[in-house]
Amino acid sequence: MSRSNGNIQSQKFLSRPAVQATLAALLCIVVGLLIGYIALLIISPAGATQAIITILKNYFTYPSKAAAMKYLGNTLVKAAPLLMCALSIQFCYQAGLFNIGAAGQYVAGAGAALFCALALHMPWIVCLLAALIAGGIFGIIVGLLKSYLNVNEVISGIMLNWIGLYTVNMLLSGVKEVASPYTVNVATENPGALLPSFGLDKLFSNNKYVTIAIPLAVLIAILLKIVLSKTVFGYEIKATGIAKDAAKYSGMKEKRNVITTLFIGGALAGLGAAFLFLSGYEQWSVTQSSVPSMGFNGIAATFLGGLDPIGTIFASYFIQHITSGGSYLDKNIYPSQISDFISAIIIYLCGFVLIFKLYLNNYLGVKEEKAKEKTTASANKEEGGNK
Amino acid sequence: MAGNSEYAIEMLNITKRFPGIIANDNVTLQLKKGEIHALLGENGAGKSTLMSVLFGLYQAEEGIIKKDGVEVKISNPNDANDLGIGMVHQHFKLVQCFTVLDNIILGDETTKHGFLQKEESRKKILELSDKYGLKVDPDAKIEDITVGMQQRTEILKMLYRDNEILIFDEPTAVLTPAEIDELMEIMRNLAKEGKSILFISHKLAEIMAVADRCSVLRRGKYIGTVNIADTNQDELSRMMVGRDVQLVATKQDKEPGEVILHVENMTVPSKLHHNNAVKNVSFDVRAGEIVCIAGIDGNGQTELVYGLSGLENCTTGKITLSGRDITHASIRERSTHGMSHIPEDRHKHGLVMDYSLAYNLVLQRYFEPEFSTKFGFLKKGEINKYAERLIEQYDIRSGQGAPTIARSMSGGNQQKAIIAREIDKNPELLIAVQPTRGLDVGAIEYIHKQLIAQRDSGHAVLLVSLELEEVMSISDRILVMYEGELVGEFNPKETTPEELGLYMAGAKRKEITA
Repeated sequence: MSRSNGNIQSQKFLSRPAVQATLAALLCIVVGLLIGYIALLIISPAGATQAIITILKNYFTYPSKAAAMKYLGNTLVKAAPLLMCALSIQFCYQAGLFNIGAAGQYVAGAGAALFCALALHMPWIVCLLAALIAGGIFGIIVGLLKSYLNVNEVISGIMLNWIGLYTVNMLLSGVKEVASPYTVNVATENPGALLPSFGLDKLFSNNKYVTIAIPLAVLIAILLKIVLSKTVFGYEIKATGIAKDAAKYSGMKEKRNVITTLFIGGALAGLGAAFLFLSGYEQWSVTQSSVPSMGFNGIAATFLGGLDPIGTIFASYFIQHITSGGSYLDKNIYPSQISDFISAIIIYLCGFVLIFKLYLNNYLGVKEEKAKEKTTASANKEEGGNK
Repeated sequence: MAGNSEYAIEMLNITKRFPGIIANDNVTLQLKKGEIHALLGENGAGKSTLMSVLFGLYQAEEGIIKKDGVEVKISNPNDANDLGIGMVHQHFKLVQCFTVLDNIILGDETTKHGFLQKEESRKKILELSDKYGLKVDPDAKIEDITVGMQQRTEILKMLYRDNEILIFDEPTAVLTPAEIDELMEIMRNLAKEGKSILFISHKLAEIMAVADRCSVLRRGKYIGTVNIADTNQDELSRMMVGRDVQLVATKQDKEPGEVILHVENMTVPSKLHHNNAVKNVSFDVRAGEIVCIAGIDGNGQTELVYGLSGLENCTTGKITLSGRDITHASIRERSTHGMSHIPEDRHKHGLVMDYSLAYNLVLQRYFEPEFSTKFGFLKKGEINKYAERLIEQYDIRSGQGAPTIARSMSGGNQQKAIIAREIDKNPELLIAVQPTRGLDVGAIEYIHKQLIAQRDSGHAVLLVSLELEEVMSISDRILVMYEGELVGEFNPKETTPEELGLYMAGAKRKEITA
């Protein structure tokens, strides 16, 4: 008897969506790493085991705790913008929109933040707002095209990615270093535009790139979770996403909702760019001819995170963790892109998350049925005489 | 030849289980040669599963199938075809841009050196058409011909393949009364020529009219087989539902009150065909009456309702609700100011299928102060309490109550949820579009009672229905719609289904004054 009780409890636990999402994500990660390991074996069997451990260890490679903390800081600095892009895609996805334009919205945000910082010498808060608005405007363009002209958001998003890239390259050409294609260093040109750290850098062995961007990104994720699950706005967004016609029938302004959603999505991606470039960690290259991958990696993080803002926090960190870990590989033997390869496989496998959930639910369903049949069968036996 | 059995096809003790339900529990169905055998049951009674087993789409766990007394194994639809079993599906499976001839030979073409031999096929089709009185034009395209002719094409498809066992799945749902009579005649002819016919339906009157015997299923169980000559509608309905059912709704006479809905010269464009689906329509609905728009599917009823509810803008005309001009009001304004709408397609419009029942029950009210704070947060406690009340009051059954996902509920209970939501708004005007479509007798009885209760409490009800039985039994006034226009107004007590049928088919019309 107690055994079957335990069974029922574990089944209940397994049928919770959050548990299923986590299990599925872990499965993807394990299989992804395994395939990555096989790839390493093929390239060079001798150091493969060491290599995969290096990727997983990332900053733990450093023996001293101080150094490890410092490089953990670096991983987090890059995880924050990734998280923002992932949230952008996720928020739109809830409204039934695939915001592949997040990459372009990120670019627009980077351009606006850096232009305000370097050309206009504005303080950080203005730069941050400029990035938010620029990203948002890119989102609104997609939203307007979608609502009023029925242009698919994927098409207009991809086109805007390129328009954004070259516009920003042009815009920032005025503030680049003389001898290189990179924009001038924010720290030397306008230190007031650097995001404040409020002492956070102390926690990470004085890593000067660690700023309020990191806790802000996490806070925004939690905020989105609340908006989506507890507010009238979230109710409308999700209804519009899963049942457009029912949303219209109920009197929701589905056009306005689409535009608002894409504005928020764009603003999130734009903010993400500001989080990175206003930390001074990276400079923009005005000769780059491909859209930065941050926006696209966000797709991976959001799916690995089970399309849940909280799950996405962990997923973004993990993807950045192995990406950073990849840079410690022996470049003479392995290309550092092996981490990208592993993340790519994990992303691919994320597609199977749904299949995994389906199988798990089917399995649980069959079990439940059998249990039910048993109880009804015995009940029928008991009342058989009455019939 | 082994064909000395009395039965053309026998399905003996069939049991088919799915996770969660036993769809067919020891079901036996014996179809005699040359008879019309009705298979009666509510939705979800297991009729479709049984037919799918016969067609080899599912394999039964227990039981055997016999053809002419010999056991056969049907593991896919091709096997069924080889055994001469054919089916006219409820939703026709025809290629719209092909001709009748092309559709009939599709999949069974006569060829010579890889070229189609259409002349031979045409000859055979014309012969069959003559023999059974199935009038079709072999060269007309499907998209241009009437539903009745499309159905005859489907029947010819079976005959062309020399099928001996013909299955008709709810064949009358899409037909006018005259076309239904014609179909019955065709079925009798086919039976006379030795074909065995299985007639799946839940319309008792039709079964009484055409069938020789009737087998009844209820919740997957085989209830019994009766000779039509020895039974009546009441007995059949009792077998089908398991209790006595009031087949005809009763209502007291009532003098209608003031005008609630006034529609003047309304024109609504059609999205599908780039013309006007509703042409210059005028009518009134008064307090305390049920006005029914009757007509064959696709004559502008859908667009008429879209225009009234605001889902589509009307190009001309004026709509007033209780004296207020709402011609240009938004959907929400109409829904919060006295209009309720039970939509035609409950999955597409009526419900957010992946939302909980509770969320669906506040679909038009979630923004009201009762259910949300002024900072835009939902009051989940209040929403649940409200949902619990409606569930209790309207007897909405679901797996887990308020948190049940709408998708997992039965069709009847989904419809109950919509009706509860719409009626609880206490509307001045209730628009109900095919509210009983696809529901079983018990649910239909319930919905009719609710509509009549609305009328009795002095509200105006506009009912759009394709079912003449329903139209005749619950309306106070009938408007017939044909090709986007209202072509006749009737008192149900002074008209007959046959007369309505003539107007519905466009054979007759008269002027209406609003």
